[in-house]
Amino acid sequence: MKYIDEFNDPELARRLLDEIRATVTRPWALMEVCGGQTHSIIRHGIDQLLPEEVELIHGPGCPVCVTPLEVIDKALEIAARPDVIFCSFGDMLRVPGTDRDLFRVKGGGGDVRVVYSPLDALQLAQRHPDRQVVFFAIGFETTAPANAMAVHQARRLGLDNFSLLVSHVRVPPAIEAIMSAPACRVQGFLAAGHVCSVMGTAEYPDLAERHRVPIVVTGFEPLDILEGIRRSVHQLERGEHRVDNAYPRAVREAGNPAALTMLQEVFEVADRSWRGIGRIPASGWRLSEAYRDYDAEHRFDVAGIRTEEPAVCRAGEVLQGLIKPTECSAFGTTCTPRTPLGATMVSSEGACAAYYLYRRMTGQASPGAPAPQGSRIPQEEMNPVG
Amino acid sequence: MAELASATADAPVDPANWTCPAPLRDQPVVVMGHGGGGALSAELIQDIFTPAYGNPVLAAMGDSAVLHLGGTRLAFSTDSYVVRPLFFPGGSLGDLAVNGTVNDLAMSGARPAYLSAAFVLEEGVELTVVERIARAMGAAAEAAGVTVATGDTKVVEAGHGDGVYVTTAGVGVVPEGVDIRPQRARPGDAVIVSGPIGLHGVAIMSVREGLEFGVEVASDTAPLGDLVAAMLAVTPDIHVLRDPTRGGLAASLNEIARASGTGIRMSERAIPVPDAVANACGFLGLDPLYVANEGRLVAFVPPTDAEAVLEAMRAHPQGGGAVLIGECVAEHPGMVVVATGLGGTRVVDLPLGEQLPRIC
Repeated sequence: MKYIDEFNDPELARRLLDEIRATVTRPWALMEVCGGQTHSIIRHGIDQLLPEEVELIHGPGCPVCVTPLEVIDKALEIAARPDVIFCSFGDMLRVPGTDRDLFRVKGGGGDVRVVYSPLDALQLAQRHPDRQVVFFAIGFETTAPANAMAVHQARRLGLDNFSLLVSHVRVPPAIEAIMSAPACRVQGFLAAGHVCSVMGTAEYPDLAERHRVPIVVTGFEPLDILEGIRRSVHQLERGEHRVDNAYPRAVREAGNPAALTMLQEVFEVADRSWRGIGRIPASGWRLSEAYRDYDAEHRFDVAGIRTEEPAVCRAGEVLQGLIKPTECSAFGTTCTPRTPLGATMVSSEGACAAYYLYRRMTGQASPGAPAPQGSRIPQEEMNPVG
Repeated sequence: MAELASATADAPVDPANWTCPAPLRDQPVVVMGHGGGGALSAELIQDIFTPAYGNPVLAAMGDSAVLHLGGTRLAFSTDSYVVRPLFFPGGSLGDLAVNGTVNDLAMSGARPAYLSAAFVLEEGVELTVVERIARAMGAAAEAAGVTVATGDTKVVEAGHGDGVYVTTAGVGVVPEGVDIRPQRARPGDAVIVSGPIGLHGVAIMSVREGLEFGVEVASDTAPLGDLVAAMLAVTPDIHVLRDPTRGGLAASLNEIARASGTGIRMSERAIPVPDAVANACGFLGLDPLYVANEGRLVAFVPPTDAEAVLEAMRAHPQGGGAVLIGECVAEHPGMVVVATGLGGTRVVDLPLGEQLPRIC
């Protein structure tokens, strides 16, 4: 762990913060694209240490948050079938569908399993030839190559009981959509280092030029994030807007050729809906024609699902950086981590959940929230456990 | 360009017609999170068990109940053990079944004395497996200085169990002058943990999920009655003891903060997280503060006694790694806050159910 400790050094962090303070002369709004970065920012309290001129806006890069309700409802329907073993990464199990989540399907008898890799799901398919094994393939460019590999292997092994429910999304079209929105306040991006380690940086110079925004490829440890912010502020103060790689230990300009080859072999670019944002052209992947047999949406009849988001939920505007979570009238009242309206309140790296926790600590009232009485803890959460 | 969602800023909230897509509080079935030691477990207790048989003794919500019987204060506790796999690095179901109940008794300051052991066996389990577990229980009982005084055995049909379940109950005597319970935490108390955290949870994950983390991680399962006796020999005025099992340190500290109405502030850099646990948690996207322990305790001690208690703990085999990790504060009552290594702060909340590995 020494290697990681070096990127968590308080003395180096202080120097970076001093340099950011010395550089900044006016307010700047930066968006960290990736949910992993949001998580690290909140976990280490980085947002509280920055000078007030630097505002961090949490972007749409939480794959759990942006998976459309329709896809989640399809997952719930497939997972409830008696002939199916439904495999998913753990944090998808608690995401609300229209009327339940995967935990409830599991509690109701569905065979829902948490796996750590799509290859684990592939092994299950080999061990259970009489069952259909479906893997919930969500995520950005980081998880897509391994999922592509699983399908590729399934074909090579002749496994006809394995399929993917695909909801893969791509970062550059999301940046394009955010920057094209009339109310956009974002002036610079911390690009997701893990995404760029797969895809390289070739997709970004055009975006930086057209929208005149600095895009700094940034890692996930505290010092990585502070360095990404430092470089962004530096560019903004000088009126520059280029792509800068602040994560060279993991990211090459050309990305990971083996992973890119696998992606191109199995997937093709497609339009895709983002939960809370809407449909963004060319913003996702689907299985290519040659692999369509491994698409769970084709294998199971789930085309007729119609869903509706709660009208009050403003997670989409939060995901686009248009509003802060606290500007939503449901925040902290009808919508809490206990009773989430939208996916941004579900996981700890969702922007709404992170703000909910922080607000509770500082005792700041939420819009429309009842005045705290004695304790600031909501009454529903005051139960001791035996 | 994206078509933006139709939700509007001034949409009125109408609770009567409002539909929540995840009405977790209305779950009609048991989900795994109900056994995770977090908010869902608490809800099960509050909504079902307390209304059914609630009473003042139960309301104290300690790890064990303290009963007044014939002039003696008796600690009484019960727990069921359903761990998978039955054998893991550093221990087995048998060790857990003894140490877990022994520790629940010790957390009220009691000297554990007698245990019961009830087995639920699934048809088809090899008798050698049952024998290994029973022998492990015998050895653990001897090490903890307790006697298994009574027991029971039931068999369920194949497919109706998970191999072997063990339930143990135990009693012990609470020494005079000792009053240890979560409600006694108060601002100024030193918060001490007896050693490295997260080892048991990571050991179980390493074998259950088939994950390898470079080095073998062994469970920390151990009896803590003797360590508690050594601490009480320094001062009987220990305010709170907890063994942070399900839900880890985070759940235990939240329970104490809420029961006592105080705040707890910890220093992240002071919390002893072994490299192997940090690596495994980093890989899985888990927080070590929420990972289970089976041989650790957290103690709330008056500040004037803290140094002496720490010294006594470090002189004991089960407390060699004891460190001061934080203090009780008057600010943010009912909440647990960590000062991060960089100087920021974050809230450590009660987990909802079980911790879930993140996607990335």
